[in-house]
Amino acid sequence: MESLKLIKRINDIPGDDVEYFAPGHRLCAGCGAPQLIRTVLKAIPDPKVVVNATGCVEVATTVYPYTSWRVNWVHNAFENAAATASGIEATFEVLEKKYGKKKPHIIVLGGDGGTFDIGLQSLSGAIERGHDFVYICYDNEAYMNTGIQRSAATPRGAWTTTTPSGRVIPGKPERKKDLIGIAVANGALYAATANPAFPVDLYNKILKADAVKGPAVIHYYSPCPTGWHMDPAKSIEAARLAVRTRVFPLYEYYEGKYRLTFDVKKPVPLEEYIKLQGRFRHLLKPENKWRLDQLKKDIEENWNRIVRLTQI
Amino acid sequence: MAQTMVKNSKLVGMNGDEAVAFAAKQANVDAVVAFPITPQTIIVERLSEYIFNGELEAAFIPVESEHSALSACIGAALTGGRVFTATASQGLALMYEILYIASSMRLPIVMALGNRAFSGPINIHCSHDDAYAARDAGWMSFFAENVQEAYDLIFPAFKITENKDVLLPAIVNLDAFILTHSVEGLYVFDDKVIPEFLPQKEPHDAIDFENPKTYGPFALFDYYMEIKRQQEAAMETARPIIKKVLDEYSEFSGRKYSPIKTYMIDDAEAAVMVLGSMAGTMRVFAKKAREAGKKVGVISLTQYRPFPVEELRKVVKGLKAIAVMDRSVSFGSPGAQLYMDVSTALYNMRERPLIYNVVYGLGGRELPIADIEKIFDDVLQVAKDGEVKKEIVWMGLRE
Repeated sequence: MESLKLIKRINDIPGDDVEYFAPGHRLCAGCGAPQLIRTVLKAIPDPKVVVNATGCVEVATTVYPYTSWRVNWVHNAFENAAATASGIEATFEVLEKKYGKKKPHIIVLGGDGGTFDIGLQSLSGAIERGHDFVYICYDNEAYMNTGIQRSAATPRGAWTTTTPSGRVIPGKPERKKDLIGIAVANGALYAATANPAFPVDLYNKILKADAVKGPAVIHYYSPCPTGWHMDPAKSIEAARLAVRTRVFPLYEYYEGKYRLTFDVKKPVPLEEYIKLQGRFRHLLKPENKWRLDQLKKDIEENWNRIVRLTQI
Repeated sequence: MAQTMVKNSKLVGMNGDEAVAFAAKQANVDAVVAFPITPQTIIVERLSEYIFNGELEAAFIPVESEHSALSACIGAALTGGRVFTATASQGLALMYEILYIASSMRLPIVMALGNRAFSGPINIHCSHDDAYAARDAGWMSFFAENVQEAYDLIFPAFKITENKDVLLPAIVNLDAFILTHSVEGLYVFDDKVIPEFLPQKEPHDAIDFENPKTYGPFALFDYYMEIKRQQEAAMETARPIIKKVLDEYSEFSGRKYSPIKTYMIDDAEAAVMVLGSMAGTMRVFAKKAREAGKKVGVISLTQYRPFPVEELRKVVKGLKAIAVMDRSVSFGSPGAQLYMDVSTALYNMRERPLIYNVVYGLGGRELPIADIEKIFDDVLQVAKDGEVKKEIVWMGLRE
């Protein structure tokens, strides 16, 4: 890890001459996933294999007979990307010893549905077994591919098609699940949050995740203008505000230590973040203030918990 | 089937699970991916011993569920390695979604299936529910009748699945407990002769870093149907290849294997048709019936998918009636699964035997001798009457 060549400036990220993700894919304007994919494929050296859970990225990048992927890419099903990666990783390990085949770097991509919910068991098993891969959850905070249904990653109070902003129940009643906590508890060697508004931090975290010899998990905040009812031009602004409001703290875990990678001393008021997104509009109504207060409490508790972890 | 002593083999005592695990080891598999489930557990235990003791160099992936087992098999197979898994009953049911994905990705994976009844109520003994559940999933399927066959079939299963014109996964069925846990004498080869029949796997369409590919894309109405047709075409292509490989294996082992087996069928008036361990028992009682002057025979299938339609049409010529025995129920259907297959396969023959369905042995229920004798008497009676009075008969049931 110490010998890693971390980057300092955005210009240090390889440019268009190193491009593994072809244009012409069908992801929405303003989607956070393509930036993630391009960055990951530039950061992690060859040979590499991408395993992709069912979801927006899979559907929008591999409409047969076309593909956006200039690397080996595997899609199996929704809930089993980590298990599929286990098979690739462990078998290449043996083929390397037995027949001298080169073992690739393995990148796993899953949305929040495929990671927080239906794929959690498969991810837990794969981390516990210690497979050497970089698992990246691109979290757009709902099942966007099927039409904006709530997931365990949807924040409290958010509107989705299955947590409508009803007169009695205004948005999702439950708080967001803690993915990094789960990854660390299962035995991830490296775990970090990342965000498209902080590309240098993202790039360096991918380098670190790839460098550990074992499972690494990156929880990536992936703006979704379509699902969040947001202007596609505001994606990066929303991502930056998510960090500055403490909604999505940037931190990492390695060798038993937690570290904030971007400290937020004076948070921007949450209202600045939520007013960009139609999914939170109802929270600004006076009668729903109690729900907004719940969300604020979640954010504060989460921030304080992470800060405490960094002090251990 | 007479067990013949052949060169480079020795007689040992093993149960079906041990025999299957030993065969997978001798097949020099590169990955073993499995989750334990009764009655398959011994397979996984033995293979883990082989790997942990350095007798087999393979990835042992002890996944947290059968769903992940088959998912990881897909990943393992994409590397170009030789991949083995084993399950039973609920495990197969949990894999169900991925069965179809493995076959559509045309991945050569061999699975041993310890045929166990589906819950509920939960039961650990033999039914063929799991084998039948996989019948539409694009996997080839073979049935062992005894421990020797459970061992033997693993080798041709690998050779057939890995044939570049086939590339379909395969299941080797062995009856829960009756085969998985019964110790029988069987001949096993010396490790060193196996590559003569089953050489190291040649990877087809495996992950290749010089030539990266997209595996498992999204295909809609403009391509999906052609992809399905290709899978069916591969099943058709597999038929002569299965026959050829079974012939080669017969030569190699000195033990005769073919898609379909018949016993005393040539001059028979009536026959029973059966899958798995019951076949041998039915042959014993067919012989006794013959001694009493009853002209009966037995048909059993080694190859269940692709279903050997032409072979079956040939062997049933001259028969007046067949009792098709099913160790399963297809609720609300015209009959149980093998019965529906046989009825469909024979329907367009100009002259065909009468067919009826015998449901037996569910959840490991014994079929007493008196019932076996009655099945032969009944099917002869149907042949004599020229009429099926009852299409589905449950035997060994308390009512």
